[in-house]
Amino acid sequence: MIANGVSELKFRDPARARALADALEQTVESIGREVAVMHVCGSHEQAIARFGLRAVLPKRLNVIMGPGCPVCITDVPEVDEGVALARQGVRLATYGDMLKVPGSMLSLNDAQAEGARIDIVYSVAQAVELARRIDEPLVFFATGFETTAVATAAAVLGDPPPNFFVLSAHKYIPPAMEIVAEMPDTRVEGFLAAGHAATITGWGVFEAFVDRHQLPVVVAGFEPLDILAGLVRLVELVRDGRPAVENMFPLCVTRAGNLRAQQQLWRVFKPIGGNWRGIAHVPNGNLRLRDEFAHLDARRRFDIDLESLWDFAPPALVRDCICGDIMAGIKSPTDCSLYGKACGPDSPVGACMVSSEGTCRIWHQYGGHPDLGGRRGAFCAR
Amino acid sequence: MCLGVPGKIVSVDGDIATVDFWGVQRQVRLDVVDEPVLPGDYILNHVGYAIRRIPAEEIGATLALYEELLTHTEADQDLMAADVRAEIAGAGDDR
Repeated sequence: MIANGVSELKFRDPARARALADALEQTVESIGREVAVMHVCGSHEQAIARFGLRAVLPKRLNVIMGPGCPVCITDVPEVDEGVALARQGVRLATYGDMLKVPGSMLSLNDAQAEGARIDIVYSVAQAVELARRIDEPLVFFATGFETTAVATAAAVLGDPPPNFFVLSAHKYIPPAMEIVAEMPDTRVEGFLAAGHAATITGWGVFEAFVDRHQLPVVVAGFEPLDILAGLVRLVELVRDGRPAVENMFPLCVTRAGNLRAQQQLWRVFKPIGGNWRGIAHVPNGNLRLRDEFAHLDARRRFDIDLESLWDFAPPALVRDCICGDIMAGIKSPTDCSLYGKACGPDSPVGACMVSSEGTCRIWHQYGGHPDLGGRRGAFCAR
Repeated sequence: MCLGVPGKIVSVDGDIATVDFWGVQRQVRLDVVDEPVLPGDYILNHVGYAIRRIPAEEIGATLALYEELLTHTEADQDLMAADVRAEIAGAGDDR
């Protein structure tokens, strides 16, 4: 009886957790076949893995992490732009997660080892402050989904100093869900949307997606019980063949979202098509500065010399990396010949092992499908 | 970079608030927060920006996850806790 395992996990309310796990089991049972659903958030995967939720999920329910790691889906040519700029002697500031992400030839970390100047910042606000203190140009290499892009937008609108520039690799999640839904071999029958990103966009943003693809979307929080409750509702919608958007995080997410943040986001950025690492070309998936802010755009201000990278041989192991298939939900980390062997947190081959929100890194730390009698059981006794 | 962290506003100075995160006071920008905030309010902080004022009735449930993460684990052994700690530690380093 799978649900019995719940009492061994750390839940705020074990009785409620057990009831949710039972409901999930019964719903999947009534569907009578394998069901696959996808979430698109590194923090959801962290919570699922950390709290060992897969140990209490029905065997026939597959909860897949999609392209929800902003660092991971930053495309190789975008990393190359940052690396090339830094190697040209332009001072760069970026989030710490980006340092080890492989470009086609080099990572920012490699460039730094060669003497390039790269400042790690926690917030774009720190990059603006740094620019104020120095005389030379500072390029903020801006990565992340809409939750992070709104901060960059606010900084752009906040009258930054003239030596502050933005190299935007920001991404917008809703279009990537469309791509996954349209993949011919996709098994995904519903999406769990991330509560904090939906705080910005509102749950209404998913209505058009549901209409187009006839797949349900449930917005869920990050607490283990929130995730379980979200999964129960999502699987119920799959069972009933009822494509709809349901908000299971109502105190945090409204239909309209944070209008003030959206206003700044879309004033500064325009959505354009572009590749996401390993996924595909995602129409409207990339956020680029609008013409009004061309004077802040590093791509227009600097001649980025990508050819300078052509002298370097690509890392040999990269061709075996299946990070893209993992983010598309087609494969799991354990399907990869490098995972845990040639590729680990200390020497990551692919982006999924670099970021704390990457599927491989999360599974490497916590285990993907925990066995309550093994490592997970010991962890839970703490 | 996906999970925001809640904190309690100590004071507000224009577009910048001083916010208490489990005893650590940091500065958080208010440029994009959805509603006006006052000392005593809780906000959700993401990369140094408040992205939402947390309604009073939700605070207990919101804090529970973070308290579990911050009190029961060592950051170096726990990615999720480490990310939450980094959000707290990083905010407003410039002060």
